[in-house]
Amino acid sequence: MKWHKAIETRSVLMLVLILITVSIGGIVEIVPLFTIESTIEKVEGVRPYTPLEQVGRNIYIREGCYNCHSQMLRAFRDEVERYGHYSLAAESMYDHPFQWGSKRTGPDLARVGGKYSNEWHVAHLIDPQQLVQGSIMPQYPFLADAEIRTDDIVDHLRALRLVGVPYSDEMMDEAAADMTAQADPFGDHGGLQARYPKAAVGDLDGDPTRLTEMDALVAYLQILGRMVDFADYDTPDLRQ
Amino acid sequence: MPTKIEKDSVTGTETTGHEWDGIKELNSPLPRWWLYVMYACIVWSVAYWFIFPAIPWIDGYTRGLLGYNQRDALEQQLAAARERQAVLRDGIDKASLQEIRNDAQLLQFAVAGGGIAFADNCAGCHGLGGAGQRGGYPSLADDAWIWGGTLDAIHTTLQHGIRWDDADTRWSEMPGFGELGILTEAEISDVADYALSLSGSAGNAAAIARGAEVFEFQCAACHGDQGTGMEDVGAPNLADRIWLYGGEREQIVAQIAQPEHGVMPGWSGRLDPAAIKMLTVYVHTLGGGQ
Repeated sequence: MKWHKAIETRSVLMLVLILITVSIGGIVEIVPLFTIESTIEKVEGVRPYTPLEQVGRNIYIREGCYNCHSQMLRAFRDEVERYGHYSLAAESMYDHPFQWGSKRTGPDLARVGGKYSNEWHVAHLIDPQQLVQGSIMPQYPFLADAEIRTDDIVDHLRALRLVGVPYSDEMMDEAAADMTAQADPFGDHGGLQARYPKAAVGDLDGDPTRLTEMDALVAYLQILGRMVDFADYDTPDLRQ
Repeated sequence: MPTKIEKDSVTGTETTGHEWDGIKELNSPLPRWWLYVMYACIVWSVAYWFIFPAIPWIDGYTRGLLGYNQRDALEQQLAAARERQAVLRDGIDKASLQEIRNDAQLLQFAVAGGGIAFADNCAGCHGLGGAGQRGGYPSLADDAWIWGGTLDAIHTTLQHGIRWDDADTRWSEMPGFGELGILTEAEISDVADYALSLSGSAGNAAAIARGAEVFEFQCAACHGDQGTGMEDVGAPNLADRIWLYGGEREQIVAQIAQPEHGVMPGWSGRLDPAAIKMLTVYVHTLGGGQ
């Protein structure tokens, strides 16, 4: 009580003490971010998304896929046995924002890339119930009709570069061309594959004449979880 | 400041002694049990800080006295689970597919494990129980096999997929007889009639005869003289009334003019070799295994 009176009757002292108290709270929240580098595992293969994948990712977020699908495999036996290797921090280091989570109305998608064919994804997005009995996933047929533009993709990449995604100048220069080439079955994929290894290329949405949101979303889904080759790593290598 | 602690006349509770313009505050402290639980939690959390990984630090985080690491724990759990299944898993690893098929115990293990892997990885396309789905996803529970239904053939398909991004995948594509202009519309129509007649459907005899001629030159090389298919090149049997993309006449015409080709992912690298073997045996037992 003595202290109360001493502090409450001296405004400068009170101000200083308030600042100290608030900054403790701030430090506790901010300092862990300084150590984030040490939590990212040193693995090869994680690359920025291709322009088309990035657009697909935007559509994924726009449609709220994350409301039902997480992209984070926890280090639990049941998850690893079902879905594959647990997710690494490194695998989402270029995700802005990341798509972690633990609420799964639908299955986790962290390793869905390469699990189904492009055709399956298209048919499934158009009408999930046709392929998965009992599914409650909404239908997204309009994605196949919505053409996407390539003229503003450089701005997207520039914004991402600003927050630390290492898009090179070459990637920026070729962005629009890469975007078209990835969904073109007869396109020249050499440069694209060199810049973005493992990218799914070809006629992704079943309509080679147009570049649609379906192309983009399928391209994104097909790369999920495939960037790191886990055959190269054991548990000690993945120490944080 | 507490000036005058007194007993409130209405409730009989003591006041805190604070008074603001005649308003007084009753002193009703938190229940004692609640307070002790809170203190216990504080003590617990401090102990937890020391025992388990807790606080991000300059070069990582405090590792805790127990040195617990969730990823190491997972590895131990997986190893323990493998250990419990060691005899059967070794059996699966060492035995040939045929030996697994003939060994009652291994077969039971393979079918149980293969069934679980199937439900998660395969049923999305091939349907529950391998019943197949419309749109080019073949049934695995019947006698018709596009790329072969022996244990080895199923194993190869599972490992490397069909038309998949894999060096050893099996690949074939029927030419688009319409889109490439190889056949005229009338010829395609005739061949469709002939293809339907292979499985006993009645049709215009003249059209069927014309279609048979086209078939011999354009189709028989892959689908066989009698249209019974060829598993080496993944050419389906056309005489068994099983139609991957629909058996209506216009569906057959469309498939000749501008064919669709199914894609099956390869699973080696994604599933471990034992799981793929178990899946092979499971699929083989679904009904049509050769």
